[in-house]
Parts: sequence; C-alpha cells; structure tokens
Amino acid sequence: MNRKPFPWHIVVFLAPAVLIYTAFMIYPLVDSLWLSLNNKASSGAQVFVGLQNYGTLFSAETWSKPFWNALWNNIKFFLIHMLVQNPVGLLLAALLVTRIRGTALYRTLIFTPTILSVVIIGFIWKLILNPVWGVLNPIGINQPFLGLESTALPTLALISVWQNVGIPMMLFLAALIRIPEELMEAARVDGASAWTVFWRIQLPLIFPTVGIVAVLTFVGNFNAFDLIYATQGALAGPNFASDILGTFFFRTFFGYQLQPGDPYMGATVAGVMLLIILVGVLIYLLGWQRRLQNIQF
Amino acid sequence: MKRWVFLMTAIAAAASLGLAQKTKLTIESWRNDDLKIWQNTILPAFMKKYPNIEVVFAPTAPTEYNAVLEAKLKAGTAGDLITCRPFDQSLELFKSKYLDDLTGLKGMDNYSEVAKAAWSTDDGKTTFCVPMASVIHGFLYNKAIFKELGLSEPKTEAEFLAVLEKIKANGKYIPLVMGTKDQWEAATMGYQNIGPTLWNGEVGRKGLISGKEAYNKGGFLRAFEALAKWRPFLGNGYQAQAYPDSQNLFAAGRGAIYPAGSWDIATFRQMNPKLELGAFKPYTFPSLGITQCVIDDHPDIAIGLNAASKNKEAARTFLSWVASDEFAQLYANALPGFFPLANVSYKVDDPVAQQFLSWRKECKTTFRSSYQILSRNANPNNENDLWNASAQVLNGTMTPQQAADFVQSRLASWYAPQKGNK
Amino acid sequence: MARPRWPQLLAIHAVLIAYSALALFPVLLVIINSFKDKLLIFSAPFSLPTTQSFTLEGYKTLQSTANFPAFFLNSLIVTGGALLLILLVSSMAAFALAEYEFRLNPLTALYLSLGIMVPIRLGTVGILQLAVDLHLVNTLWILILVYTAQGIPLAVFVLTAFMRQLPKDLKDAARIDGASEYRIYWLTLPLVRPAIGSVLAISMIPIWNDLWFPLILAPGEATKTIVLGASVFLGQFVNDYNAVLAALTLAIVPAVVLYFIFSQQLIRGITSGAVK
Repeated sequence: MNRKPFPWHIVVFLAPAVLIYTAFMIYPLVDSLWLSLNNKASSGAQVFVGLQNYGTLFSAETWSKPFWNALWNNIKFFLIHMLVQNPVGLLLAALLVTRIRGTALYRTLIFTPTILSVVIIGFIWKLILNPVWGVLNPIGINQPFLGLESTALPTLALISVWQNVGIPMMLFLAALIRIPEELMEAARVDGASAWTVFWRIQLPLIFPTVGIVAVLTFVGNFNAFDLIYATQGALAGPNFASDILGTFFFRTFFGYQLQPGDPYMGATVAGVMLLIILVGVLIYLLGWQRRLQNIQF
Repeated sequence: MKRWVFLMTAIAAAASLGLAQKTKLTIESWRNDDLKIWQNTILPAFMKKYPNIEVVFAPTAPTEYNAVLEAKLKAGTAGDLITCRPFDQSLELFKSKYLDDLTGLKGMDNYSEVAKAAWSTDDGKTTFCVPMASVIHGFLYNKAIFKELGLSEPKTEAEFLAVLEKIKANGKYIPLVMGTKDQWEAATMGYQNIGPTLWNGEVGRKGLISGKEAYNKGGFLRAFEALAKWRPFLGNGYQAQAYPDSQNLFAAGRGAIYPAGSWDIATFRQMNPKLELGAFKPYTFPSLGITQCVIDDHPDIAIGLNAASKNKEAARTFLSWVASDEFAQLYANALPGFFPLANVSYKVDDPVAQQFLSWRKECKTTFRSSYQILSRNANPNNENDLWNASAQVLNGTMTPQQAADFVQSRLASWYAPQKGNK
Repeated sequence: MARPRWPQLLAIHAVLIAYSALALFPVLLVIINSFKDKLLIFSAPFSLPTTQSFTLEGYKTLQSTANFPAFFLNSLIVTGGALLLILLVSSMAAFALAEYEFRLNPLTALYLSLGIMVPIRLGTVGILQLAVDLHLVNTLWILILVYTAQGIPLAVFVLTAFMRQLPKDLKDAARIDGASEYRIYWLTLPLVRPAIGSVLAISMIPIWNDLWFPLILAPGEATKTIVLGASVFLGQFVNDYNAVLAALTLAIVPAVVLYFIFSQQLIRGITSGAVK
C-alpha cells in the first residue's frame, strides 16, 4: 500500500510465532514425513524407497484391511459427533442465550466435563459402564457396551460427545451473543415466534461458526487417540471394532506388546492422516468459506 | 522449581567437597505393581550391603513401557538398569546396541542355558540380561466356595467342566472369572494355559518354529476348541470385564475359579488376605488320550545394563547381586508367584506358590508358543493375533476352526517355514 | 433481551438442569464414592457416605505413594506458561496478518494454519530428538515450548479472523496521532477479548489434559504433571477402587476449581464483547 522502508515491525510481529512453530512442530513433522519415504534395508540401514510404503499400506492385505477398518471407524466416529455433539451444542447455546436466570451457572456446569482429562473421563465411564460394578444395573443398563463389537465404537463416540459438547456450545454462544438485539426485536415486533427467529435470523448469522465448529470437529476426530487408548487399550478391541487412525498409528509406530514398532510404516500412516485432514480442511476453506464470503459481500 | 535447583546444586557442591559420594542407579521397569516391594524390601537389602550405591526403582505402566523405554533410550534419558522383556523385544534392544553384553558377568554361571535362552542371541553364545524370574500358569480357586458346594479339584477336562456346571447350577457364584475386554487374558491365561498339554509342550512349540506343526492342526487347533468350552461359564458382561475387574471379582469372593498366572498369587494375598486360595494345575484330556500334563513355565523378566549408563561399575555390582541367592530368596518371597531362575537355593514360603512350583516336577514344561521368533514380524504379529482370536472364540464371534485358520494363515503369510501350511 | 414467558422458561430450565445433571453425574459419582467403604462402593454406589461408611483409606494410600500437590504445581506452570506464550506470540502474528498487506501474507497465514490440521503427535520422534539436542528432556520448558507450538496455529487462525473484523478507522486515527505500530497492536488487544477468551478456553484444555508429551518428554518424578501422575497411579492401583477413586477426585477437583474461577473471566470476556 504505502511505500515505506523495509517493514521491520512485520518481521518482529511474526518472528516469535513462526520460529517456535517451525522448530517444535513443522520441523519434527517434516522429519516424520521424510521417514515415510524410507524403509529399512535388509542390512538394517535406512534407504529411500519413494512412495513404496504408501503402496504397501493401500494394497497389501495385512496393512490395507486394518487401515480401511480404522478409516471407516473414524468416519463413523466423526459422523456421530456431527449428528449429536454439534446439534446438542447449538441447542444448549440457543437456550443459554435467552439469558434466563442462572445462565452462567448452567454454562459452567455443562462445560465441566470438557476440562477433565480424557484419561480420567475414560476411566470414569469404563467404571460406570462396567456391568461388574453395575452402577447402571438398577436403571436397566447392564450390557457390556464397551465389550461388544456392535456397540463399542458408538459408546466411545458418545462418551467423547458428552465430554466435548461444551466446545461447540461455547463457540455457538459467543456467536449468538454477538447478534444485535435490535434485529431480533424487530422480528418479534413483526410477530415472529422464537422458533422463526432462531431459523431465520440467528442460525443464518452464525453460519461462519457452524463451519468453524464442523472443521474443528473434523480435525479433532481424525486426530483422536486418547479416549480410545485409555478405555480400550492400544489394540482398540474388541476385534479392532474401535480402532481409529490414531490408535492404528500408535500401534504401528510404537509397536505393542510383542509387536515391534515400525517407524517407517508408522510415519506412512501419519502421512495419510495428514492428507485426509488436509483434504477436509481444503473442502472447508474452498467450499464453505468462499460461499459465505459471497453471501456476506 | 528454582529453589529445587538451588538445593540440588548445593547438595552436589557439598558432595564434591569430600562427603561420601553415592553412585545413583535408576531401574526402568514395567512392574509398577511391585513398586512398594522394591522400595521397601529389595533395594534396602542391597543398599545395606553396598552403602555407596543408591538405587531407585522407576516403573512405567506395562502398556506404555515398550514405547516409553524405546523413546528414552533413543533420547539417552533411560535409567542405568533396564528391565528386560523376554525374547525378541530385548534382543532387538541388544542388536541396536542399547544393552551391554553381560555374558561374562560375575554370577551369570548361576543360570542354566534354558533359563538364559530368553535373553540370549539366537546362537545362544551371548547373554545380555540377567534372568530374574519365570511365571507359571494354572488355576486358582476359592476353597470356601468349593467346600460349600462340595467340589474337589478337577484333574481332567471332563471333571473341570463338571465342576463348572455345578457352580453354574448353584447360581450364587461366577463359575469362571475371566473377561475378554483386555484380550490378553484369553490368550495367556486361556489358550497358553491349557494348550501346552494338548500340543505336547516343547515338541509342539518347536514344531511350529520348524514348520512341522500348524496352528490350525492337531493340538493347536484342539486348544482353541477346549477354550471355546469355557464360554458358558464366564460371568455376566464378561465382554466388558477387564483384568482388574476379574481380580476384584475373585478377591471379593464372587467367583469360584480363576485362570491364573502365578503372579496373581501376590495380588490376591494383598487384596484380600482372608481369601482361602487354592490351586490346581492345567487339566489333562484322557478322552483324547492325553494324560501327561505340560505347564507353561514362562521366562518373564530379566534385567540388563543400559549401554549408555555412566555408572557401569556400580550397575554390574547390582546385576551380580541379582544373580545371588540373597536376591532369589528375597524376590521369591516378596513376590510369591515370580519364581527366580537362578540355580541357587531359595525357599518359597507361600503354600500356593509352592504348589505352582511343585508342578515343575510333576509336569513337562514349556513356554508360550508365540514368544520365540514367531512374533518377530510387526504386521501381522503372531502374539496380537492370538489375543484377538482367543478373545473372539470366547466372545463367540469366531469358531475355534476360524480362529485357528486366521492365526495360521497370518503366520504363514510371512514366516518362511510355515509357508506351505495354509 | 426479552425474557421468555414462564411455560417456556420452565421448559428451558428443565432441559438445562437435565443436561447439567448428565454432565455432572459421573463426576459426582466418583467424588462421593471416593469417601466410601470399599464394600459400599459396589453394593450401593449412589448412596452418600454415612458416618459409618465414611473412609479416607484411598486418600491415605495416595498420600503415601504419590506427590499430588507437586504434580498439580507442575501442571499449573506448564499450562500457564504455555497459554501466556501462545497468547503473546499468536496475537502478534495475527495482528500482522490482519493488519498489513505484504507479499508473503497469504503464504504465512497458510503456513501457520497448517498446524490446525496436523496432530503434533505425529512428529513425536523428531520432537524428542530435538529435546535431547537442546538438553530440555525432563524439564517443564520443553512441555511449554511444544504446547506453544501446538497452540499457535488455532490461536492465530481465530485471532486473525477477529482482528480482520475490527474497524479500520480506529487504528488509522491512532496512526495519525503518531502512535507506533507496536502501540497500535497493544491498543487492539482489548478489542479482541472475546476471541482471546475462546482461544484460552480451547487451548487450555488439551494442554492441561495431555498425557502424551509428559509421558515421553518429561516423565521424571520432579516434572510429572497431574494427568501423568494420576495415570501412573491408576495403572499401579488399578484394582484398589478406593485409591483409584481418590486419585480421580484429586485430579478432578483442582481442575474444576481452577476452571470455576477462570470461567468467570471467560464469561465476562464473551459478554463484554457482546455489549460492545
């Protein structure tokens, strides 16, 4: 814009973030990606193999089967979050924004599980859902939900929803609060019901937040690891029914029990995870955000 | 924090000024259950004898041990002494030069070749960890319940199933306390517990390695079939029952029979000292013509020297002490159910542990079929497959034949001697 | 805003109370049972501890084996330090990206937002190697730096989006008054308070709760965080329900108290942003 001498202040503003971020995140990640293009030669030395590891992951049955299983589980895990966590978060936010008495208290209480460690959450739910303790037996819930192939993954997803619903709630709430009161007052004067106000005014105006919440959920779910590791172990049982990409990566990279770790294939799994997340975020950036800008301007 | 650093510096300075300087050794281990015993019993005995050496026991949770240890070794932050898993895991560490060669260590001649096998190179010439203990599989039972229901220790499969049937009919107790949530019990306390009798121990195990035997034939298949018979006798919701749940159920007297590893003895003694613990060895199968019992006497734990240690002399002193009769005596009694491997005289006081030990004389011995060589491959991994298949057999999601075929085909997919046996 | 009428009000309260109960039930269950006799934990999990069944057995086991206050302090230092650094460096970077047009702007923004998508855990081995080279293993510093790197992308993303929405005239007026760019940055900060609130809330949780990096980078007794301490403890005493529940309670309560204090700030931040 305006011609100035070299804009040192921009460098000063950017340098700390860029440096820390590059040194402790990008460099180690690049290091890992580089690993995925290598493998161990029979002599034990590291050799460059190009995309061969990726070929193995997609085509060799011993690799591709667990990989597709983990990916498919991960998609289900994500869908449950999108269908349960985010609508519930939005609902709670919409109720809280009415500024009834005790809003602050409700908000604080509902957000509480979010601040607890996943290790602790996993442990608590494992106890509660355990037929051996039988806390829920009196209300008729005594199925071994975490031990059956059909229910393990949905149960874990719901535990995760239970814990994380506070985040979309807060984000939606922050967006809803910013909507000018006059806008809704005007609609109400025109005789619109609360429902109409929500659909016609509030929801469209918080659309950018809906996008942010969706992409955060996507990224969070495709990075997920802790909860499943804490409740089901690295083997993500039963019979890998709760195996997602994070646990698959962990097992491959670090090994498990007698299974030796394979840093090269582990890095390859990490590379694919990176790609999946990248594609998801690109869809968001190119599709959702661009269209929004068209609407807004 | 700062005050801490200051304190440490002050202490270090004081030490260098001529006060007696202690060498500090750190032990890496996955035995976090045994923390108190190391802290209060074993290490004080050593430090009393060698006042110049201070030893700290720093365990990590068993499930994280391998990953954490590897990371620490790479980073050079691992302790001086490394607790060794048996077979390939430690062999790999030795090959990567993280562990020192201990072949010539004073006290190493206290061990037989068999005892050293799990921590020696394939040719048996080099040993890199001092063997500490083995564990034995069998069954524990609640004597009070057996008395109440008028049951006696079963010796054959038919008797075993009849006993379970009676407990089930009575309805008050869980007949067989085991879950499939953590998967490993199904393989370790189930398949590898009753299996060796069916595959004739070492003959079968070595046959797998040479390619003469297969998981979907003979004894190895029958072991899956025998395991499947346990299914009706497991407790309600056993699919979500984890290992600690099983321990709690049995310790609380809510279950009758517990497929066990000998290490459980110590756990139950601690959890409920009033529990009347009894034990019987893996049953035989006269209906199949198999009357010779074979037990799984599994080399489980050893200790090695971190190649990057700065206190090797003190560490070797400690390792030699581990090979001594004093250590064996202490260890065997502090942790009944871990049986020292050294050829030194030690006496086990716990009657149930004594009973487990006595089976070494009555039965042939072997160790887990998947541990030597066969689990060397990362994917598919034989041990993981056995966990999965055994748990699925108990969950009823796989038939024994399917389980056996699954394990076999995955082993044959990479292991050359098994290539013909699909 | 216009208050809803009472039937509506009732329904809203009912839903919120029900959900709050669902959110708190497991936590309360743990806390209540941690004070109860072992037998009653199993036979009557919902009953409150009575004078007869009340016990501190679990806490005694805890006290004799683990140093929870020290673990808590470590967590506090790491989380606080990382949050401070994240806010400082990210708001600076976000300001530059939102305020100035320069050739590398889009590229820098893209580069910095890459990290939103990438789990930093995938670079663990590289990080560990780096930590060794810098002699930072088993220090709280390495955790602070790694968490800062992990937090920067999202913080920059959110803050940039907010800063772009700020009206230009305010800043231009300040420039005409001769304020330096640094001063303008400083003046901008209070205007993005709601965004700072969200960034704090979103960044704090994964840092406080992380198990992975403390386990790999700083597992020493002196640097254990509360989550690592609790998890080691849980692994160790897994079949002692008293001790487990006591450990869970001790891991939960300080975090909840801290959060209750913090949440007031957060709410004030959000509402003040709304008023403006």
